[in-house]
Amino acid sequence: MIVDKLEIVKQEELAPKIFEMTLTGNSVNEMVTPGQFLHVKVADGIDPLLRRPISICNVDIDQKKLSIIYRVEGKGTKRLSERIPGEKVDILGPLGQGFPIDQLIQGNTALLVGGGVGIPPLYYLAKLLVAKGIKVKTIIGFRTEKDIFLEKKFAKLSDVTITTEDGSRGTKGFVTTAMEEQKNSYDVFYTCGPTPMLRAVQLAATSTGYVSLEERMGCGIGACLACVCDVNEPAEGEKKYRKICCDGPVFEAGEVVI
Amino acid sequence: MTKLHVNLPGLKMKNPVMPASGCFGFGQEFARFYDLNKLGAIAVKAVTAHERSGNPTPRVAEVDGGMLNAIGLQNPGLEHVTKHELPWLEKFDTPILVNVAGNEIEDYVHVAESISKIGNVAAIELNISCPNVKEGGLLFGTDSVMAAELTKAVKAVSKVPVYVKLSPNVTNIVEMAKAVEAAGADGLCMINTLVGMKIDLKTGQPVIANKTGGLSGPAIKPVAIRMVYEVSQAVEIPIIGMGGIHTADDILEFMMAGASAVAVGTANFVDPFACPTLIDDLEKRMKELDIEDITSIIGRGWKSLNKSISS
Repeated sequence: MIVDKLEIVKQEELAPKIFEMTLTGNSVNEMVTPGQFLHVKVADGIDPLLRRPISICNVDIDQKKLSIIYRVEGKGTKRLSERIPGEKVDILGPLGQGFPIDQLIQGNTALLVGGGVGIPPLYYLAKLLVAKGIKVKTIIGFRTEKDIFLEKKFAKLSDVTITTEDGSRGTKGFVTTAMEEQKNSYDVFYTCGPTPMLRAVQLAATSTGYVSLEERMGCGIGACLACVCDVNEPAEGEKKYRKICCDGPVFEAGEVVI
Repeated sequence: MTKLHVNLPGLKMKNPVMPASGCFGFGQEFARFYDLNKLGAIAVKAVTAHERSGNPTPRVAEVDGGMLNAIGLQNPGLEHVTKHELPWLEKFDTPILVNVAGNEIEDYVHVAESISKIGNVAAIELNISCPNVKEGGLLFGTDSVMAAELTKAVKAVSKVPVYVKLSPNVTNIVEMAKAVEAAGADGLCMINTLVGMKIDLKTGQPVIANKTGGLSGPAIKPVAIRMVYEVSQAVEIPIIGMGGIHTADDILEFMMAGASAVAVGTANFVDPFACPTLIDDLEKRMKELDIEDITSIIGRGWKSLNKSISS
């Protein structure tokens, strides 16, 4: 975990309000686990004050580049979207526990299920899984056709199913609708997205898997206790909570209450 | 040579800077970034008699120039802190200030008595100002009679000096300060957070699950400075000043207002290196401003004024 200033190489709007920022710097070498995140100071000074947790979407160790994808929601992300190539961004990271993949063996099938800005961390995961010889199936959900991003990139690595709530593209409905067709066809699932989606995916899944949670954070390093969640059936004498920033954001399905 | 050290009851500090309670856990998270020996002191997270799980999430929200929090005094409880957290801190040559909280006077007395016997506890900080719990906390912090009663009871059992952390959510901060001083407090910590709220425009509801939260960060600094300025003239005991410290100049400002040391809170969340950076910057600023001894500026904001009035 380090504090560094990464240089902006590229800033691109992928879909309405969805931006991809490519950053470069020596510390990119450390960002090797999919599912980890950066705590980003969007601008110098006290406004906005706090850092923003943004997951890492893609890493290119050879080129010392990484990318983050975020949605412009409020003042902080708006400010971030106005930053231009050549400027430096203060980051703290990589933070948290990412998606475990070591337990998988060649020939296994992994199902990746993402919604909205929960989709980006699944991309680097897909890359590493494919490199390991794992078959990857991806279900990514959006509200409507114009919101779709990362489809082509995922298509290069995996079978992709798009779902839209209004049916303007792909399967009409939620990601869980598309999961029906994949029943019992995978050995593990990985999911990231809004909390109600995570709950539904966890219920619909026919294998063990991992969920990546999102919560408002303060410090991002486990000190402030802003982003805690409860443990499902904690053992006697064990901690009853987990910190999403450092024990997560990825948890084994069923480990914590979501 | 620039003199940074300050001496307060129970706290022999290498420099006047400590992380504030609730913003630093029990130190372990920050020890991964730097050597905690660098700090003047450490104020650890509030300790209650039993484990507390705190409030539902969301617990934080950002606002202009600051943040709201409603953690709810989540902590592992007295026994765990005594067995695990405090022994871990023994390796540092840095005085530890333990923040003590509770629902009833008996809870505070029990925790204070027990924890003040531990070797590396240099002082106690009585938390009578947490705005995010239903019982105890702020109830004591907004009533000068109750605050004095609690201070007296804790003083009677504590083996180490007792600081009282004051709330800014009162009409008359000087009255509160005088009441706890008269009850035997060895020092004051001020200010805790101001009660605030933020509404989410999408839902029309408060962002924080607890609805209200404590406002901290640069936004509250002028309130804190004013209160330290008023209280330091009305009491004899030292003040640990806090509220939005973000730069070395903020530290100088607090000390000129009358603080004998300072605590840094929210800035630790923005930058894990905030405290060591501020300590280095403070030394630089003192050189630039020809301040040889940091203690020489304590209360400069009103001392020269009083002098000119009396002469």
